[in-house]
Amino acid sequence: MAVQDDSGGAVVRFENVGLRYGLGPEVLRDISFSLMPGSFHFLTGPSGAGKSTLLKLMYLALRPTRGLISLFGNDTSRAPRSELPQMRRRIGVVFQEFRLLDHLTAYDNVALPLRIGGVREDQVKKHVMELLAWVGLKDHMDARPPTMSGGQQQRVAIARAVIAGPELLLADEPAGNVDDRMAVRLLRLFEELHRLGRTIVIATHNEALVRRLGHPRMCIEDGRLEIRPGLADPAAGAPSVRLAFPGDSEEFA
Amino acid sequence: MMSWRRFDLPNDREDIGRFLPWLVAFMVYLSIVALAGLLALERMTARWDHGVVGTLTVHMAPAATAEQNARRLKDATDVLTATPGVARAEPVPAARVAELLEPWLGPSVRDADLPLPLLIDVELRDEPEVDLGQLGRSLDAVVPGTAVDDHRSWLRRLVSLARAVEALAAAMLGLVALVTVVAVVFATRAGLAVNRDVIEVLHLIGAHDAYIASQFAARAFKTAFKGGLLGFLLAAPTLFAIGFFAARIEEGLLPRIEFGPVHWGMFAAVPLLAAMAALVSARTTVLRTLGRMV
Ligand SMILES: Nc1ncnc2c1ncn2[C@@H]1O[C@H](COP(=O)(O)OP(=O)(O)O)[C@@H](O)[C@H]1O
Ligand SMILES: [Mg+2]
Repeated sequence: MAVQDDSGGAVVRFENVGLRYGLGPEVLRDISFSLMPGSFHFLTGPSGAGKSTLLKLMYLALRPTRGLISLFGNDTSRAPRSELPQMRRRIGVVFQEFRLLDHLTAYDNVALPLRIGGVREDQVKKHVMELLAWVGLKDHMDARPPTMSGGQQQRVAIARAVIAGPELLLADEPAGNVDDRMAVRLLRLFEELHRLGRTIVIATHNEALVRRLGHPRMCIEDGRLEIRPGLADPAAGAPSVRLAFPGDSEEFA
Repeated sequence: MMSWRRFDLPNDREDIGRFLPWLVAFMVYLSIVALAGLLALERMTARWDHGVVGTLTVHMAPAATAEQNARRLKDATDVLTATPGVARAEPVPAARVAELLEPWLGPSVRDADLPLPLLIDVELRDEPEVDLGQLGRSLDAVVPGTAVDDHRSWLRRLVSLARAVEALAAAMLGLVALVTVVAVVFATRAGLAVNRDVIEVLHLIGAHDAYIASQFAARAFKTAFKGGLLGFLLAAPTLFAIGFFAARIEEGLLPRIEFGPVHWGMFAAVPLLAAMAALVSARTTVLRTLGRMV
């Protein structure tokens, strides 16, 4: 059984977390924060500040050198290896370097989280087609990542991250390779997830985007984290995408 | 499961994965031929055990005339049938003797008036045991120059030789199975190393080790089955060829080497067994290797 802690309902909670790579300096120092369900944060900071590192800690690709991280109320350091997949399925990740599987088509890449979760193939098809249409890749569903442009790969990566309707969405520079119009369109996907009550963290250094949406931001500088409140009323209009995720009926009935 | 149809892993590019089907083909070929040898020997030794070991041959020098020969045969046969433990004693007709000698002496043996030895076929009961020395002396007293050929001692030696060959064939089957499993384990390890990145992504997306293991297992099964099928297809003509040549060579000592539907069923099961072994080895290897990761 997962060990429940007193995180007060937070989706993510860091307590005095520090991380160093090997014998190097501490990249992150004394990081403490909580993310409540349904919150939307931008993660900003200069290049090399540790944004990707912080996200990796959140999606369980790294273990902290010290401190405590709990996800969905479970202490991750005490979770046995066999429980990690269940936690990871509740998290959607857009990796900075995409990490698409080059030998699979765009369709199969996006379908992966559903198939791993044992979703029926007809359901897989329905959701994948819908999402590929939304990110404008319907005509490229049979293309393999190496034949796609950086922007197209990024959209496949985003579709794969959101396809299973994760409770926590972590995106590492998800708008780095697309023009501003596509960036706004992709952000609407995240807004839609947010509207469905999901928790979102997006690392970016696109100031225009941060200001436009007005969500609070987590700033990393010199290994330390500071959370700055956003605008009271985000400027973003009502999202124009309506997505249904497999599993919604069970989880949010 | 869907993962039987689709692979999330790239096709093997590492050499060991490419050479695995050929190795399995060769191993399955060897296994089937060894198994066929085992089955043929088993049948042969069983026949020797039950048929020939309980027999012996009495032979005598021929006399000058056919009447004398008939006399000698009758006298010796009378002694034999009177001996407890003898089930049956029958003189071998001269024509049959000529036929038996033909391979050694040529076709002229039938026409030429050669002095052919006189033979009596004797079948023994299990009980009571016949004292062959005593029997030889009694026969010699009636018909001088009579010798008793005991098939038992040399047939026993032949049977034990055959049993040793059988054990060898069985050991070879075991060795072949071991080599196949080891090859699959190494190919799987290489596959895990080459696909480290893909596996990490699958893990981060929430795949259990079992999901990844089933992918490797499905591929190992497919690969081994393809190779095994090839091995089977190569083994079948080999078996027919062996049966064909054996049928021409032997006649007499060796029984015909023929395989029935049951035997062919066993041969066809070999590639399937190899594929199952590959599946289990791959699965176990992946689960063990991933389980050791943090
Ligand atoms: N795998 C790694 N090994 C050693 N150092 C690393 C590794 N990954 C990142 N770093 C270092 O950690 C710091 C933070 O990197 P990163 O989290 O990628 O920053 P950001 O995403 O904000 O640009 C950098 O100084 C980087 O060089
Ligand atoms: Mg980064």
